[in-house]
Amino acid sequence: MPVFEQEWQAQVLAMADALIVNKSIEPTHWSEAFGAGLAQAHAAGRQDDMETYYAVALDTLEALVTTHGKLTEVEISKRCEAWKQAYLRTPHGQPVKL
Amino acid sequence: MATFDTQKASEIHRELHSHLPSEPALRVKALESLMVEKGLTTSETINSWVEVYSEEIGPKRGAQVVARSWVDPEFKSRLLADAAEAIKEFGFEGDATGHLKAVENTDAVHNLVVCTLCSCYPFSILGIAPNWYKTAAYRSRAVRDPRGVLMEFGVSLGTDIQVQVWDSTAELRYLVIPQRPANTEELGEKELVKLVTRNSMIGTDRILGKSTEGES
Repeated sequence: MPVFEQEWQAQVLAMADALIVNKSIEPTHWSEAFGAGLAQAHAAGRQDDMETYYAVALDTLEALVTTHGKLTEVEISKRCEAWKQAYLRTPHGQPVKL
Repeated sequence: MATFDTQKASEIHRELHSHLPSEPALRVKALESLMVEKGLTTSETINSWVEVYSEEIGPKRGAQVVARSWVDPEFKSRLLADAAEAIKEFGFEGDATGHLKAVENTDAVHNLVVCTLCSCYPFSILGIAPNWYKTAAYRSRAVRDPRGVLMEFGVSLGTDIQVQVWDSTAELRYLVIPQRPANTEELGEKELVKLVTRNSMIGTDRILGKSTEGES
């Protein structure tokens, strides 16, 4: 069984770990926020599976980088849309660039 | 009736959409590209982490540590005294094991590790945590009903064996040292490494030397 079902799942943990290692985020802040998110997801009746686990990890990472002032929500949503448009205009097989 | 051109355009549109990453994958791309631009990380750091944790770093590292502790009593003493320091002898230190505590199974004690909060785990020596370790079901029940959880993993403990549950945090993680299997006196360290299962180092496996097929 592969360690990660989707590459983005690995990338979320990689980014979180990178921010902890370079001390942009305190490890306890990460675990407390992640734990709170998982508890909230559980209380809301979401599936107890890896889809929920990694979705919460991504939400937590976004929340921490924005609350710590590293990035803004607007920046993230604009960049997300920019990547989406880049994929839509790039023919399959060619590198996708912004 | 659709003309050839409109049909073709529709096909191209569908083709493009079929290659559009999922919504979380796009959010991750957005985050990563912004973090790189702001100097918070580099693409190389992320790519390298993904590669080593997807393919290279796994529980074999922990197994090497455990096997060494079985054959070298002085190393075992160092491991029990300060695991984070002892694993440096293998070059296995990492951020997730900056504070690591080794706990030893005995005839009278069985150790079980959980992270009730999220999924803190010594991944620099055990690799990425198994999926079951991350579920709410395991995280909540390991403390409340450790013997029941252990039964589900096929570990049946007599009432004379005490179960010690260790709740990991971001700042303190645990490695279980399982008992050396019986009749392995003739085996060398390298052969012993093969007997150590990942689950035994978490505590959801106890008697080593049996088949480990299906461990996931």
